[in-house]
Amino acid sequence: MLQYVAIVLIMLGLYGLLTQRNIIKIIVSLNILEIGVNLFIVSVGFVDGGLAPIFTSTYNSSVDFSFVDPLPQALVLTAIVIGVGTTALGLALAKNIYQKYGTFEIDEMGEE
Amino acid sequence: MDLINIIEIIVSILLVVMAFLAINSKSLIKSVMYLSSLSMLAVVGFVIMKAPDVAGTEAVIGSGLVTSLFVFTLLAVRKVGKEQ
Amino acid sequence: MKNFLALLLTLFLGYMIIASLSNNEAFPKYGEADVSSRVSQRYIDRNVTENPGEVLYGEATNLESGSANTIAAIVTDYRSFDTLGEVTVLTVSALGVALLLGGAKQSRIELNFKPNFMLRVGSRALFGIILMTGMYISIHGHLTPGGGFPGGSMIASSLLLLYLADDEFRANIKGVKVIQSVAGSAYVIAGLLGLFIGTYFLENLLDTAVLGDLFSAGMIPIIYVLIGFKVGSEISRIIDNFLTEESV
Repeated sequence: MLQYVAIVLIMLGLYGLLTQRNIIKIIVSLNILEIGVNLFIVSVGFVDGGLAPIFTSTYNSSVDFSFVDPLPQALVLTAIVIGVGTTALGLALAKNIYQKYGTFEIDEMGEE
Repeated sequence: MDLINIIEIIVSILLVVMAFLAINSKSLIKSVMYLSSLSMLAVVGFVIMKAPDVAGTEAVIGSGLVTSLFVFTLLAVRKVGKEQ
Repeated sequence: MKNFLALLLTLFLGYMIIASLSNNEAFPKYGEADVSSRVSQRYIDRNVTENPGEVLYGEATNLESGSANTIAAIVTDYRSFDTLGEVTVLTVSALGVALLLGGAKQSRIELNFKPNFMLRVGSRALFGIILMTGMYISIHGHLTPGGGFPGGSMIASSLLLLYLADDEFRANIKGVKVIQSVAGSAYVIAGLLGLFIGTYFLENLLDTAVLGDLFSAGMIPIIYVLIGFKVGSEISRIIDNFLTEESV
């Protein structure tokens, strides 16, 4: 279920990127696309009845248990922090564009 | 049907609704707030998929820091617009 | 018309993704992933280069990578070079923000918003608790969920609270810059030490003690704390750049 929702989020984010004409809305769409991709990558490693991949004192050799895949989670952990960097850079560019043209709408720029 | 399946279905529906509202709402600040609640719901999704590290990072960054950066940009711009 | 074309393109992309997922051996169905056939099983059993025997909490010693949290083992030991590249990307984006928004003489931007009494008093009380939680999470990254990335972000958000409470407040940006450079350089130096003393870049030189102790896992807690300082100082600098402007 969550895997299909992640695909729907990717599609909605791409639709927003293609149709919106406002810079803030474009960055919001980019963030929605990023959340969808992160959910999808984590869902690839999910196992039904699996546990979070951390050893604790309750697991010993007599108990039968299985972990979910830790590798996609490690990749997503770094991807989220990169997302902040790209969002901040995009917002800084948007602020500079506003100071030059006085608007966030792409269609109204350059008329003056 | 377990409780976790019911939570999963509710979270899935709300995720799609929030993404739709965030893209289609007219007001910019409302759009940013819908994005914030979208990432808070994604945290529940990560916890359901047994990824506690990712959930903690997304909770701090996605709904805290990114939202504050958007709001600061909009606030600074509103001040510039009033002066003109 | 343009919106209709975009809708068609999006639906086509969704159809392609779902069609490529069905009947594909590389992508099993949701919830039926087979971890034992992937490389991740070797990360969980800690037998990439040698066979250490069974991994047991509180008993296993001298493992290849002795952190109880498998994700910390991957992020800071097995794929540490990847993380070094990621930290570099964050540095470059913080530099870009500073280039676009920074200037010579800076003062706080005048927002259309005055902090009220509750925000001023409450944020002073909450600042220390949030800062300490961030440091605790960074230091215990090899035992509990968390680690340097959420811990560093929490340190940055405690600074954000101070910025919100007082409209004259500015962090000591020179100190933040020093922390940023020292943490980044120390990460590279830790890697070079592995190259000169050991055999490869970013090798885990120290002894990995008993799995589950606070002083265990060799270099992993040290590198995670460095990542926490690095991420925290970068994001604090981004927040400071967003809230200041060139004084007229």
